[in-house]
Amino acid sequence: MDPETLLQLAGSSLRLATPLLLACLAGLWSERAGIFDIGLEGKMLAAAFTAGAFAAVTGSAWLGLLGGIGASLLLGLLHGFASITLRGNQIISGVAINFLASGLTALVGQNWFHQGGLTPQLSGAARFEPITLPFAAALSQVPVLGPVYAGLVSDHNILLYLALAAVPLTWWALHRTRFGLRLRAVGENPAAVDTAGISVTRLRYGAALIAGLLCGIAGAYLSTAMAAGFTREMTAGKGFIALAALVFAKWRPWPALGACLLFGLLEAIGIRYQTITLLGWTVPVQLMQALPYILTVVILAGFVGRAVPPRAGGRPYVKER
Amino acid sequence: MRTSPPRWADLALIPAVNLLLALLVAGLVVILIGENPLRAVELLVTGSLGSSYGIGFTLYYATTFVFTGLSVAVAYHAGLFNIGSEGQAQLGCLGVTLVCLALDRTHWLLVLPAAILAGAAFGGAWAFLPGWLQAKRGSHVVITTIMFNFIASALIVYLLVNTLKVPGSMSPESRTFEAGAHLPFFHEMLAAIGIRVSRTPLNLSALIALLAAGLAWALIWRSRLGYEMRALGHSEPAAVYAGIDPARIIVIAMVISGALAGLMALNVIMGSQHRFVLDSVGGAGFVGIAVALMGRNHPAGILLAALLFGILYQGGSELAFEMPDISRDMIVVIQALVILFTGALENLTRAPIERLLARRGAG
Repeated sequence: MDPETLLQLAGSSLRLATPLLLACLAGLWSERAGIFDIGLEGKMLAAAFTAGAFAAVTGSAWLGLLGGIGASLLLGLLHGFASITLRGNQIISGVAINFLASGLTALVGQNWFHQGGLTPQLSGAARFEPITLPFAAALSQVPVLGPVYAGLVSDHNILLYLALAAVPLTWWALHRTRFGLRLRAVGENPAAVDTAGISVTRLRYGAALIAGLLCGIAGAYLSTAMAAGFTREMTAGKGFIALAALVFAKWRPWPALGACLLFGLLEAIGIRYQTITLLGWTVPVQLMQALPYILTVVILAGFVGRAVPPRAGGRPYVKER
Repeated sequence: MRTSPPRWADLALIPAVNLLLALLVAGLVVILIGENPLRAVELLVTGSLGSSYGIGFTLYYATTFVFTGLSVAVAYHAGLFNIGSEGQAQLGCLGVTLVCLALDRTHWLLVLPAAILAGAAFGGAWAFLPGWLQAKRGSHVVITTIMFNFIASALIVYLLVNTLKVPGSMSPESRTFEAGAHLPFFHEMLAAIGIRVSRTPLNLSALIALLAAGLAWALIWRSRLGYEMRALGHSEPAAVYAGIDPARIIVIAMVISGALAGLMALNVIMGSQHRFVLDSVGGAGFVGIAVALMGRNHPAGILLAALLFGILYQGGSELAFEMPDISRDMIVVIQALVILFTGALENLTRAPIERLLARRGAG
């Protein structure tokens, strides 16, 4: 494989990993606070649609992003209301949110734009275009470093850099701030946090909103940065791959980046090479697609380092009995 | 002190109120789209129940949902949330297809028992591993079954494209079975005794679904295994104290759940399509979640809920035909609202109703 192909593959992995990373961090915030979130897919889909629609109508990618975040926050609040306030089943709420987003985006899309569930093609300011970082042209003559800087580090849209920045930010907020400490404590032992006089409800709502925000950016990335408009079911299981990446990363921010890059690479390879021959055996493309899920099951099985979820995950907190 | 509501409120009133709320919100969606919700309901009902054609399709859809609803419910009684019915049903389709392809030159009476065994075995096998991983390694069954759904669909696409496809054909589907592997249609059976109804895909497996509901009831409430499952579902420490082995019950419950999901293939593959196409399951496993929730995990409730979703699916297609603005996606929206209101938001109405009844009981 020549260096140029390698560079292209790396860039493509990075772009494919971005929505996974944002959704994975969303899941991380939610689950570290003790709320299971299998509605990542639905929130992303709703955000992708709203962002695509708003960007098409207003002609501004930024307003699209705001709309996408808004839609995702609404679903996040619904999930919070069901699982925190009403102490309902968090899994069921997540399933409902996924279906709601799937049905509503198709239904509203068809009635709004009459293009078979698509939003109009976006161009110009309605899309997040790649940004050329400073010195990319100047450095391009430098061997190794130049092409890597110009081809891999530079020339991505702003949301991708935002996603990458969200990793250290999440790490710092969760592990170096008082809010983060309390939030993690709520996911492990909410009763102890409550005893200390801190509101479990507020912390968990905070986590649900942060998850909504990140899923909103992820959705907007899909429809206004990666593609030029919304297509039906465009998340295509990315929310569940993000969930897999979260397990893979054992609910930690930096490993989440690694897991998402790995899954992004698998997807990039699957797109670039229709047939891969390994030691004389042709790897089916379907195996490549299923690999993230298979790897996650292996991790879950605990054969390669055990993945232990936050202890209070999935259980509503009841203040008094 | 908190008193539990009377049985009738728990089994009938609360689900009915929640269902009503879901339908009201769905009506709002219809109004927002700019159509008349009452007219939509009318079209839905006449489309699904207004003719022998509509009824046949409604019951055909309902048959599938009975199997997947029972699948979710059996696992639920053991305290397990099986989101994997979709994948287990896909494997069940594979099992039934293999049997039908091998035996379709004989008679359906011979093929049927083998198909039941194969559908149940393939579906059950696909649920075994998530069950085993939950029981022995503590990996959450929700996450593993989600993963297994995706692995199943990749596997099925691979097999349909590479192995089962008719050589030279472009479409990823198996060959059509010979008449020996076709379950009799209801319109054929009724014609034999002189009753003429429209041709619909409704077939013998509707009766098998009824039988399965009866057996599931006997299993859950009239057998030792069912008792152990319910004990585990209520309280694991109590079950362990009573000498029940949780690992064993978890695995058995998951396998039975997967087997029931796999049996939906009798209706779709052997009963109607007579071949395995890419989208044979088409989300029926997920409808099963809504059906089980609405039916409160009781086989009788599941029969009713499956019928309701049958009406939604058949009536929804007719509705989409008459009101093009309300596409079939409306069914998914209603399904989501039903799951939301009867599942996740259940306490929204439960607490007020309980308070109301308690006050009346005291006064």
